[in-house]
Amino acid sequence: MNDIIKVENLVKKFGELVAVDNISFTVAMGEIFGFLGPNGAGKTTTINILCTLAKPTSGQASIDGFDVVHQQKQVRQLIGLVFQDPSLDERLSGLQNLRFHAMVYNVPASVSEQRIKQVLTMTELWDRRNNEVRTYSGGMKRRLEMARGLLHHPKVLFLDEPTLGLDPQTRNRLWEYILELQQSEGTTIFLTTHYMDEATKANRIAIIDYGKIVALDTPERLKEIVGKDIISVKTDDNNRAIEEIKLRYQIEARHDSDGLTFEIANGEEFIPSFIKEFGTKILSISLRRPTLDDVFLKLTGRAIREEEVRDSFKAMVRQYGRRMRR
Amino acid sequence: MSFLRGIYIIWYRDLLRFWHDKMRMGTMMMFPLLFLFIFGSGLSKSMGLLGGGVDFVQFMYPGIIGMTVLMSSFMGATSVVWDREFGFLKEVLVAPINRASVAIGKTLGSATIALIQGLIILILAPVIGVSLPGWTVIKLLPLMFLLAACLGSLGVLLATRIRSMEAFQTLMPILTFPMIFLSGVFFPMEGLPVWMNVLVKLNPATYGITPIRQVVLGTSEGTYFGITLFGHTLSLWQDVVILAAFGVTMLILAMWSFSKQE
Ligand SMILES: Nc1ncnc2c1ncn2[C@@H]1O[C@H](COP(=O)(O)OP(=O)(O)OP(=O)(O)O)[C@@H](O)[C@H]1O
Ligand SMILES: [Mg+2]
Repeated sequence: MNDIIKVENLVKKFGELVAVDNISFTVAMGEIFGFLGPNGAGKTTTINILCTLAKPTSGQASIDGFDVVHQQKQVRQLIGLVFQDPSLDERLSGLQNLRFHAMVYNVPASVSEQRIKQVLTMTELWDRRNNEVRTYSGGMKRRLEMARGLLHHPKVLFLDEPTLGLDPQTRNRLWEYILELQQSEGTTIFLTTHYMDEATKANRIAIIDYGKIVALDTPERLKEIVGKDIISVKTDDNNRAIEEIKLRYQIEARHDSDGLTFEIANGEEFIPSFIKEFGTKILSISLRRPTLDDVFLKLTGRAIREEEVRDSFKAMVRQYGRRMRR
Repeated sequence: MSFLRGIYIIWYRDLLRFWHDKMRMGTMMMFPLLFLFIFGSGLSKSMGLLGGGVDFVQFMYPGIIGMTVLMSSFMGATSVVWDREFGFLKEVLVAPINRASVAIGKTLGSATIALIQGLIILILAPVIGVSLPGWTVIKLLPLMFLLAACLGSLGVLLATRIRSMEAFQTLMPILTFPMIFLSGVFFPMEGLPVWMNVLVKLNPATYGITPIRQVVLGTSEGTYFGITLFGHTLSLWQDVVILAAFGVTMLILAMWSFSKQE
């Protein structure tokens, strides 16, 4: 297959801090490629380098054969971006923001108005098109950024946590449109996300932690790393239960929020005998298939969800700070 | 071709924003109007006639035109800092348009807006008793635009160099006020202390405001209110050349600096 994004030994340092630590990967033409990792893992930094907004400390990256450092102009022509942070002109209307974008990307006048209408309708902003962006809600702004990123039908689309702060319906609708664009235009999509269900939509996922890629594969194959089913049990004495599981099955169980979990193959067949022979009193038991959360936990020893809470707090602080400054 | 398109798009956005932001239009005009009416009419009685039978209001008026244009353009160009703060600059920086053309577009956009504001002051001429024939106005427009463009490119240059919003806000008045006060807006340049005289002549704004004054007052051939450098009184054209040289230098630096942005 044709590789449209090539990254080799990419390093980005901010002083002492190594934000991107020698990563290499390729993305095939028309692929949806996901970057999954906790806050500060280096996702945005990688995107910034690929989009010519930051220079790598060392290593190479190219898009469609154009070097991101030496052939910036060609690269910029090919790509579209939805930034993690706001990047709209709040003093202009939604329509004017999109027209500016269409002009900058040289979308032919014959199609631009019709396409603007299409993306604005899809993001349900058509009725508000003539209002200044600063009067939009947070979710509306996010939708407008999405509409703008899709407007010029880029060959490679970078989405940095595109659906952060959107309600589920809007997320689904945007995803339908993104997948449709991928189908009809053959757009390559590079996305970062914290949402596991969103990551599962990718053809391949790179799990990134402290600037390093710790795993890279299809979502299905990544889940095979965990391989087994996950069983959560609540008992009246969790410490004793952990001991007992270790003795009986030679399995290391972990404390969970209000119980304990462990992994085992063929969980459905295991549960009946487990309940029958287990000595500690069981209050509840449940079984589920592994998710990318579990993969992340397995690979890094930390849960990605803990980070998510902090992330939404960060977004809140950022918004608040902006409002204060105005 | 794409270079011109870049200039046009950035210029167009600035004008659109200006049109949207009527408040800014109003507040930017308040400062010069305040000076013109209260300060000018109050003081003209006590100051009497200056050189060439010119009273203080007549003297101030062209200075105020220059000041309006200068401030508006400088402030407008430095809005790049706000674009960075609110994130919009990223949209411009990843766009497939030449960065140098963005710097020019920004300079021209600010200069155009400055010119519009300068025109509003020009329209007020009859109200404050200054007569401006149509021919004078036509001669004034290019001078005003030149002054605006020169200060605009300085603004773009500074905005690309100084990253911190706080530092920038502190620096702005420190730069603009001396630039205005030491340019002969409020007082004639004769009989100044030596240090002040040197600063006035180093100030690029002086070379924009002096020609405007000479055209308004009709003393074009450099007799009254001209700039004297090393014992030689500069003609209007010499002022213009000096100002333009400054402007072109700033513009080239601004284009270079903008291209280097991360
Ligand atoms: N301009 C900068 N100067 C200094 N350090 C930076 C800069 N940009 C990013 N960093 C640091 O680099 C690291 C990676 O940041 P990056 O924004 O790439 O993380 P991320 O994976 O996108 O995280 P998040 O999920 O929070 O968006 C962080 O430790 C961050 O503090
Ligand atoms: Mg990020």
